[in-house]
Amino acid sequence: MIKHSRLAQTVLHLVFVAVCIACLFPLFLVLGISFTDEDTISRSGFNLLPKLVSTEAYRFVLRESDAIGRAYLLTIAVTVVGTLVGTLVVALYAYPLARADFRWRKGFSKFVFFTMLFTGGLVPWYMICVQVLHLRNTFFALWLPYVMNAWFVMLMRTFYKENVPVSIVESARLDGAGEYTIFFRIIVYLAKPGIATIALFNTITLWNDWWLPLMLVNDSKWYNLQFLMYRVQSNIQYLSTMASSLSGVSADILRRLPSRTAQMAMCVLVMGPIVLAYPFFQRYLVKGITVGSIKE
Amino acid sequence: MALFRAKPLPLSRKPRMNFVLLSMMIPGVIALVVFSYLPMFGIIIAFKDINYAKGIIGSPWLGFKNFEFLFKSPDAWTITRNVVLYNIAFIVLGTVCSVAAAIALDRMRNRRAGRFYQAVMFLPYFLSWIVIASLVFSFLSVDLGFINRRIFTPLGMKEVNWYIEPKVWPFILTLVNLWRYTGYNSVIYLASIAGIDPTYHEAAAVDGATSWQQIRHITLPLLSPVVIILTLLAIGRIFFGDIGLFLQVPMNMGPLFPTTNVIDTYVYRTLINMGDIGMSSAAGLYQSVVGFALVLVSNLVVRRIDPDKSLF
Repeated sequence: MIKHSRLAQTVLHLVFVAVCIACLFPLFLVLGISFTDEDTISRSGFNLLPKLVSTEAYRFVLRESDAIGRAYLLTIAVTVVGTLVGTLVVALYAYPLARADFRWRKGFSKFVFFTMLFTGGLVPWYMICVQVLHLRNTFFALWLPYVMNAWFVMLMRTFYKENVPVSIVESARLDGAGEYTIFFRIIVYLAKPGIATIALFNTITLWNDWWLPLMLVNDSKWYNLQFLMYRVQSNIQYLSTMASSLSGVSADILRRLPSRTAQMAMCVLVMGPIVLAYPFFQRYLVKGITVGSIKE
Repeated sequence: MALFRAKPLPLSRKPRMNFVLLSMMIPGVIALVVFSYLPMFGIIIAFKDINYAKGIIGSPWLGFKNFEFLFKSPDAWTITRNVVLYNIAFIVLGTVCSVAAAIALDRMRNRRAGRFYQAVMFLPYFLSWIVIASLVFSFLSVDLGFINRRIFTPLGMKEVNWYIEPKVWPFILTLVNLWRYTGYNSVIYLASIAGIDPTYHEAAAVDGATSWQQIRHITLPLLSPVVIILTLLAIGRIFFGDIGLFLQVPMNMGPLFPTTNVIDTYVYRTLINMGDIGMSSAAGLYQSVVGFALVLVSNLVVRRIDPDKSLF
């Protein structure tokens, strides 16, 4: 038995409660601001709790701009397509690498691994995307560059090796099953936790991505949620121009637009789905990271 | 247990198998070639005077002119110093905080509370840099921010114009980085601590060792290989900065460049804002080559310590 001193345990709890408050406080602050009316904000600044709950900012963000609805749909589509394709590409690439009887396994391991060590840098990558693939302002710009990920391949290869017994492949082969049948009918199910971990990482990466639109998009049609939010942030007047182009309101009304609170309301809408889904996928990811860090 | 590592089948029994398996890798190979390998050949851009009409191959050679311009400008020193100093601060403070958090979580008697704390600390890792930039803004805004209005004004202190004050940003960015990654990294350390054989602790407890002595003489020594390896790998990445942290969190503010500009942000800005392909690709190549050398050196050291943990 390990002895625990009462006092030490209490101190530990106090420290962790403080750390947790530090982790959550900024989120609650933004939530509080988003429910405060713009007048109160400009008079007394940002505060945690609104004296009077106001949904002005949300009504403004949701009603006055269809840009956000559009960005939401686009982000969902990009996340779904990018996750499906990316997870499939990685799972298929990693599988032969885990097979001891695959002839070129070492060569292809090195081929993927080298990309973790050396990169050509941003400029050549950018020129390939824009001038060779013509990705600028397309749906593909928002997810295609992320489909392959060397780190995920390594993680997945380890997972296959540890969890799929070779005897199953052998017996399926004796029954006359082809390699693709074996993979899609048997391996995928046995490797489900590993595939799920990679799918979750892909989902979060794509949902949170602003880098690809920053590099490859300048048409507002292809703004995803994060990038729309970036534009709002870097130019707080952007919402006003959006509103004016939509309804042609006068400059006086424009000045009274709830821009600060709207920024925070948008922030809440952007992080909302991740924070709400968090309790469900958190434990999964802890497991995934744990496996990866021990085995690698 | 029979694993894939078991004895391979003789090749002759399945002549077509290798090609079928190879066909599975085609999408991945194409993606690697297009997004990783073709850009590697693109490093010649750094040695050329790029002219869009003539294309990359047809543009005239410049030799090392782009590098000369880069290293003669004061920026080269600033961005190198910044990225190295920030990474040193992140490595030292990040390791101390996450190891401390992992050990404390491990010693928590109330397991459910421990899991709850871990989950909350892990949350910031899932927020995008755009969202984090807004969170930081709600604290630091000059006229409305929480710090100026709720803390400094009531205490009678002078308001600070955070977004034009480069001096404070090394502290702010380090704090934000710790806030985002401590929970995530402590998960990795906690996994290693959980792998320690409990009989060590039991034997020590029987001999009357206090918790503190157990941490010092059992947990920390057994954790040190993981700490050393992760640190060496981080040193291999010392030329690379998280572009979200350095571009988004300071809101891309010009006055803050002296303390927030790193190689990644410099490459981005010279390419996108100034359209200077030559300087930008020279800085990018400088980062890639020095970064590659550092990875090789740190890997060599890791291999000396523990061959299983080395990358290659």
